Amino acid sequence: MSPAPVPLPETALSLTGVTVAYGGAPVVEGLTARFPAGSMTAVIGPNGAGKSTLLKAALDLIPRQSGEVRAFGQPLPQMRARIAYVPQRAAVDWDFPARVIDVVRMGLYRQTGLLGRLTPGLKSRAADCLARLGMQDFADRQIGALSGGQQQRVFLARALAQGADLMILDEPFAGVDAATEAAIIGVLHALRAEGRTVIAVHHDLSTVPAYFDRVLLMNRSLVAEGPTATTFRRPLVAEAYGSQLLTAIPA
Amino acid sequence: MTDAFLSALFLQAGYNATLVSIGAALLGLATGSVGAFLTLRRRALASDAMAHATLPGIGLAFLAMAAHGGDGRNLAGLLLGAGLTAALGLFLLQRLTTRTRLPEDAAIGAVLSTFYGAGIVLLTVIQNLSLGRPAGLEGFLLGSTAGMLLSDAMLIAGGGAVILLILALLRRPLAMTAFDPDHARQMGVNTRATDTALLLLTLACVLLGLRVVGLILIVALLITPALTARLWSDRIGIVALLAGGIGAVAGHLGASLSLALPDLPTGPSIVLLVFAAFLASLLLAPGNGLFSRRRRTAPDPA
Repeated sequence: MSPAPVPLPETALSLTGVTVAYGGAPVVEGLTARFPAGSMTAVIGPNGAGKSTLLKAALDLIPRQSGEVRAFGQPLPQMRARIAYVPQRAAVDWDFPARVIDVVRMGLYRQTGLLGRLTPGLKSRAADCLARLGMQDFADRQIGALSGGQQQRVFLARALAQGADLMILDEPFAGVDAATEAAIIGVLHALRAEGRTVIAVHHDLSTVPAYFDRVLLMNRSLVAEGPTATTFRRPLVAEAYGSQLLTAIPA
Repeated sequence: MTDAFLSALFLQAGYNATLVSIGAALLGLATGSVGAFLTLRRRALASDAMAHATLPGIGLAFLAMAAHGGDGRNLAGLLLGAGLTAALGLFLLQRLTTRTRLPEDAAIGAVLSTFYGAGIVLLTVIQNLSLGRPAGLEGFLLGSTAGMLLSDAMLIAGGGAVILLILALLRRPLAMTAFDPDHARQMGVNTRATDTALLLLTLACVLLGLRVVGLILIVALLITPALTARLWSDRIGIVALLAGGIGAVAGHLGASLSLALPDLPTGPSIVLLVFAAFLASLLLAPGNGLFSRRRRTAPDPA
């Protein structure tokens, strides 16, 4: 990855009136939000709030009923190369004959294309991405021989190898061990320091202020969006969750 | 008989026999390699449905060619007919799985058995037509090198080479689509086109294998080398190459056996050889064999 931040237009991702409905009740309703470049945003809401759905619809992984999505000022399909998506738990066959380093190298497909050679430069880039997640010693292991947290780190390394400017993650910290969580947040903060943008569906309210500088609160529709300090407050979060239990959050 | 086998094995049995052996080896190479990607993509049984669906096409092509006064046994013509009904069977399979609530395995069984039954009926009709000489179409059931023409062997060898070339060109999208289709799509891979290409490559393997291995057993030549290779390597490239190698050796050995023992159907010989390789690998492969143990899943660090 290049050390110098890439100059970017102001908004990494902009959603306007996004509605997603599975043949009936809307799961996401008229959501409008702007994710500034260089920010790290937590998408927060109760179960069934449509958080994962919102991200998948934004990336055209599932169909939108209405709404517009732009990335870096352009329609999404044109910017796909600059966006990396890390799903919650990749539904892959863990017995697949692939080593850890092979999975990471799949993130380099845009660089090599169909027949391009995997240059030594690209190979070391993949190795570096793996090392950034602390997984360099596992490069030659078959992916099924890893724990859940280690597998998650490999998929993040794959996303890193893309060199994307916008990283979108679905619950990256769900069910991972402490070492993995530390490794992941370290990498995400480093990306932000490089001027890249991070958006993550996040479930652990207690870590929001430490990890994220912006939040998007939603429960099917938008509740609030903005910097953590002003937006992640008890009344707004309670509104999103519909309860008042949130003693960890300053009022 | 041993002399005949050994001379066929070492390509000493004459030009025709040599070409048959080489053709069978190339067929095994192509089929084993394609089968590696096919099994990883979890579409192995669709190939069985395709293979069984070729039979009515063979019969129809024979009748069409004989009716026009040509040689009903022209291989290219028969393969064309076979390809058409196989494609039809595949099309019906897709419709059944996407448009009805029928589960995929039931749909495969339905297509496979219906087409095969229709094909057997056609074959029986052809046999009873007393066209002056036996049609020899039963050879397509279990494979036979008997009476194989030079042009047949060249068709198979050439087709195998083309399949291998296309497979080499598409190896990255095929691997990525098999491993993680959503991610592949994100990376700009056209997964629908890749899946279609895989099915077409498989169809080509089925058609080329009809003469040597037969439609009943071609699925084994697609699946078993891949399963065997998987026991030896954790890298998809190596698995595909090994699977091809196993297929090639089995093809060559099986064809040599068949040249020495003309009554022995080629398909079963080849398949039993591949299975022997699989059994040996199951017992002996380091890390994966029954006689070695390797912990597959590590616990989460504390």
